Amino acid sequence: MNELSTARFVNIGERTNVTGSARFKKLIMGDDYETAVEVARDQVENGAQVIDVNMDEGLLDAERAMTTFLKLIAAEPDIARVPVMIDSSKWDVIEAGLKCVSGKPIVNSISMKEGEEEFLAHARKCMDYGAAAVVMAFDESGQADTKARKVQICTRAYELLTGIGFPPEDIIFDPNIFAVATGIEEHDRYGLDFIEAVEEIKARCPHAKTSGGLSNLSFSFRGNETVRRAMHSVFLYHAIPAGLDMAIVNAGQLDVYDQIDPQLREACEDVILMRRADATERLIELAESYKGKSAAEEKAAEEWRGWDVKRRLEHALVKGIDAHVVADTEEARELVFASGGRPIEVIEGPLMDGMNVVGDLFGSGKMFLPQVVKSARVMKKAVAHLIPFIEAEKEASGLADQSKGKIVMATVKGDVHDIGKNIVGVVLQCNGYEVIDLGVMAPWQNILAAANENGADMIGLSGLITPSLDEMVTVAEEMQRAEMTMPLLIGGATTSKVHTALRIEPAYEGPVIHVLDASRAVGVASRLLSDTQRDEFVETTAAEYTKVRAAREGKGQSVLLSLDEARANFFDAYLSDKAAPPLQPGVHAFDDWDLAELRDYIDWTPFFRAWELHGNYPAILTDDVVGETARQLFDDANAMLDRIIAEKWLVAKGVAGFWPCARDGDDVTIHRVNREEHVVLPFLRQQVKKSRDRANMCLADFIDPAGDWIGGFAVGIHGIEEHSKRFIADKDDYSDILLKALADRFAEAFAERLHQHVRTDLWGYAPQEQLTNEALIKERYRGIRPAPGYPACPDHSLKPILFELLDAEANTGITLTENFAMYPTAAVSGFYFGHPEAQYFGVARIGRDQLEDYARRRGADLATAERWLRPNLD
Amino acid sequence: MSKRQDFATAAKQRILIKDGPYGTEIQRAKLSPEDYSAGTSLEQDQKGNNDLVNLTQPQVIRAICDSYIDAGAHILATNTFNANRISQADYGAEGLVHEINAAAARIIREAIDARDDGVPRFVAGAVGPTNKTLSLSPDVEDPGFREVSFDEIVEVYVEQCRALVAGGADFILIETVFDTLNCKAAIMAVKQLERELGRDIPVMISLTLTDLSGRNLSGHTVEAFWHTVRHAKPLTIGLNCSFGAEQLGPHVQLLSDIADTWLMAYPNAGLPNDLGEYDEVPETTAALTKVWAQNGRVNVLGGCCGSTPAHIAAMAKAVEGLSPRAVPKVAPDMHLAGLEPFTLAA
Repeated sequence: MNELSTARFVNIGERTNVTGSARFKKLIMGDDYETAVEVARDQVENGAQVIDVNMDEGLLDAERAMTTFLKLIAAEPDIARVPVMIDSSKWDVIEAGLKCVSGKPIVNSISMKEGEEEFLAHARKCMDYGAAAVVMAFDESGQADTKARKVQICTRAYELLTGIGFPPEDIIFDPNIFAVATGIEEHDRYGLDFIEAVEEIKARCPHAKTSGGLSNLSFSFRGNETVRRAMHSVFLYHAIPAGLDMAIVNAGQLDVYDQIDPQLREACEDVILMRRADATERLIELAESYKGKSAAEEKAAEEWRGWDVKRRLEHALVKGIDAHVVADTEEARELVFASGGRPIEVIEGPLMDGMNVVGDLFGSGKMFLPQVVKSARVMKKAVAHLIPFIEAEKEASGLADQSKGKIVMATVKGDVHDIGKNIVGVVLQCNGYEVIDLGVMAPWQNILAAANENGADMIGLSGLITPSLDEMVTVAEEMQRAEMTMPLLIGGATTSKVHTALRIEPAYEGPVIHVLDASRAVGVASRLLSDTQRDEFVETTAAEYTKVRAAREGKGQSVLLSLDEARANFFDAYLSDKAAPPLQPGVHAFDDWDLAELRDYIDWTPFFRAWELHGNYPAILTDDVVGETARQLFDDANAMLDRIIAEKWLVAKGVAGFWPCARDGDDVTIHRVNREEHVVLPFLRQQVKKSRDRANMCLADFIDPAGDWIGGFAVGIHGIEEHSKRFIADKDDYSDILLKALADRFAEAFAERLHQHVRTDLWGYAPQEQLTNEALIKERYRGIRPAPGYPACPDHSLKPILFELLDAEANTGITLTENFAMYPTAAVSGFYFGHPEAQYFGVARIGRDQLEDYARRRGADLATAERWLRPNLD
Repeated sequence: MSKRQDFATAAKQRILIKDGPYGTEIQRAKLSPEDYSAGTSLEQDQKGNNDLVNLTQPQVIRAICDSYIDAGAHILATNTFNANRISQADYGAEGLVHEINAAAARIIREAIDARDDGVPRFVAGAVGPTNKTLSLSPDVEDPGFREVSFDEIVEVYVEQCRALVAGGADFILIETVFDTLNCKAAIMAVKQLERELGRDIPVMISLTLTDLSGRNLSGHTVEAFWHTVRHAKPLTIGLNCSFGAEQLGPHVQLLSDIADTWLMAYPNAGLPNDLGEYDEVPETTAALTKVWAQNGRVNVLGGCCGSTPAHIAAMAKAVEGLSPRAVPKVAPDMHLAGLEPFTLAA
């Protein structure tokens, strides 16, 4: 995946629109283009996908204002990266704008108001300049109000436009949103008319898009923001499924649909969807109470709002409240400025003081990771507000910025998991470190280059799958080859102190430190950057690793049997108990499993573990120490689950299949119907010498050499990217990490549910099974589903074979990276063994003899097999 | 059949070959300042004004063109990279823009028409970026300033294209695009000319990247660029100059996947050495570009800086018999672009 931005619905901000923003108008009228450019920048930084520029103001030379502003933002790469919507009611202004825009913009708007001839002339110009166009539902006799008129005008325009070769996908119809609940009966249908018209226009005009300006809708409730926001959200909630593609709306004027007071939500729905005759009266009546209510709420909040700004900032940081942080930061900045100080002092002073409180509370175990991530969100917003001032000052004085240190962080090549890395990044940023995040799948070249270019103080590597361990060794070797000296931090679920000591540290002469979890990251970073503590810390760690290596080399190693001895001690299953052939053999694909059902199958304990909250669910919710945080996190997770399910954020795709097979030594050979060649699944056998009666197990032991069945599956959760991008744009790491953690849980829940479906229906060897979720989690069922890359089957490279059997890429959309990580990351795949004695085990250490034997069976050269099995080798 | 159809017919059958550069070949003719300005009344020294050579030493240009035809080229570009009013003003030769372009197109036309061998060949009227940019301010103190306006650039291009077409150009090749807005102005110019002449003038568009991250000077990514110029319905889209084939490969691949028109790529002969010379041998260039052809990435291959007729001949030989790229079908999504692409899915 590249960073291509693809959307299904676009919010177009109106903050660079003189008719939509009083502030912007004031800036333009006052010729303060510099600040006006910052408004555009804020908008893009806050996630605007397209920026609308409108200079239609009677007292302005709109053409000059339009071209001046467009040329200025063209010089700002972080603004110019998004497309522009050139918005004016005057064609001359639009055309002047088209001459300044270097990408492909949207013209807003053209219409048949002045007849067909002028309409088509403007459309041809759009084609000549290469622009998409908003077409207003307006004709010679006026603006379309009813559904019939909207549809009639838009289809007429569509035919005219496509008739001159205008690309249909570049047409955006705006069928006019008008005010509802005005007390005038004819206006009651306006909302519904728009929604229904959108649906019909989309059906009749293939590939065309629709848009609308939302603020009109709630015009009757001027001054009552609670009601206006609710109306806008409810309207979009219904218009988007009907086919609305974009809307011009101030993102601050929207609420989360699920979080609207249900009474108000229902009243808004009654009005917009015209569900009852007295809908308007009821909403007006209800609206009165919201005027009062927001005042009451403010009074309750007043107490901390009355404190001095420094304390307010600290409070906001500790509590993770971002509502006032920009205003408070600005106030702090003005105070500092008034006393002759610099904007950076706001960060170094009140903000860092607040974050130090957060850090202390976290360090002493009184605050927990979810809260810290929320605090970080507040901090990021405050810092984002200050950056333009700091940059301006820097430009003026040529001063370099000061952070505690710079850390380049990356998930290594071949791996796509980033929850842990993101958490560590947030924690480090909270503590004043500058984090240069290279994202996932970062090749060593990029990591080294980023470290050099940015003058980084250290590099942090992360990874989840076992091949990443090797990739980390490669990075260390390359750092050595480049004669670098900066510290290298290693973290991630499969990493360990032992692996770091044994494999990574010897590859690199600079300091190499394994970081156990996020809470240690700051301690490690600060010691590494401390003049006084660094040397001692590096030496102690190095000595520790030397000890680990010595311990490994000498004693303490369990005895390995020869492969022949281990095979002789195989697990002797009662093969007559093997499962009957599947009721439904072959491959079964499920392209959209019900998320609401999967929710009941979620195993919450690992979810809390992902947030470094340790304890079992549900006991963790009432834990004396972490209970409150766990409950808060659990509530946030459930609120997000409600939205994920209601708004269909995610799609669960899965596939399961069953094939006749037979055991052949440590291989399982699959015989596929109608295919000559057999598929061989080589498995690994435990070689560590066991106490007397225990077997040296291999998954093949659960399969009958005389003929049996094996299954396989892959499940994946698609769709997080769009939402993740939105959260990141909003500097909301908390929601981003929450979403990723939930997607992981869904994948596991799906694997659990699918396995159940396999046991009771598809394979059907346990049709009577009735188990609670708790019992499922405890694996109190017959059969296992070991996954490649996990202890019983440590070789990730079996995944491509499994995927081929399942045609998993086509059936589930899951792809494999070069190192066999699955993408999307919320994915699980594995084999099904149905034998009642089948059980999980760990292969653990194996000998050279098995490595050589396996390489031969797997058809790989020795070096490759060695790379795949390295975690199991000495 | 129209030239657009002729081209399509030829492009479906084989990978077509474009010629290489003129500059280095002209240098080899070792012309004196007098040779350059022969027969004109220009006052300034014209040495180095390679576009003027079309007018003053047409036999030199004809010989180069013939050598590219002999090498196997089907697309023969005119020697008019700087033959526009803005660039010629540096030599005080802006009054000769029409004559230079008309002569340049005529030379190539005659060279092609002189071969009666049934091989399809086309005259591509080459239009360079000019040395002024519409997207960037030359004054760091004043980011809103522009040296030139969109309408001025359009006018400059209309003048040049009109002359190229009058001289017999089949297509207009808008090449070495470093500023996307200049390219949009060139497209506008061709559209105006089409209306003026009442005929179809197919354009070929070729982007040049300024760094390995895959952006041009005005900051557009390859994909954003494609969405921005797609309204020109270009006969070919592609990349030229920038780097050698080795570095250009990933960008050709990206464009090849998304562009629903023919693809033309003509890289430099490797990267320049310490002395600024290109020393990649023809076999190397040919081997590298052959991989693109084998992977079905290209429809037209040619050479830019450092390439010689020998490079073109080696390329032609290397891709002979290989299937041309199939033009992909694309979903009818709405594509917009800032410096980066934006897609609203259908």
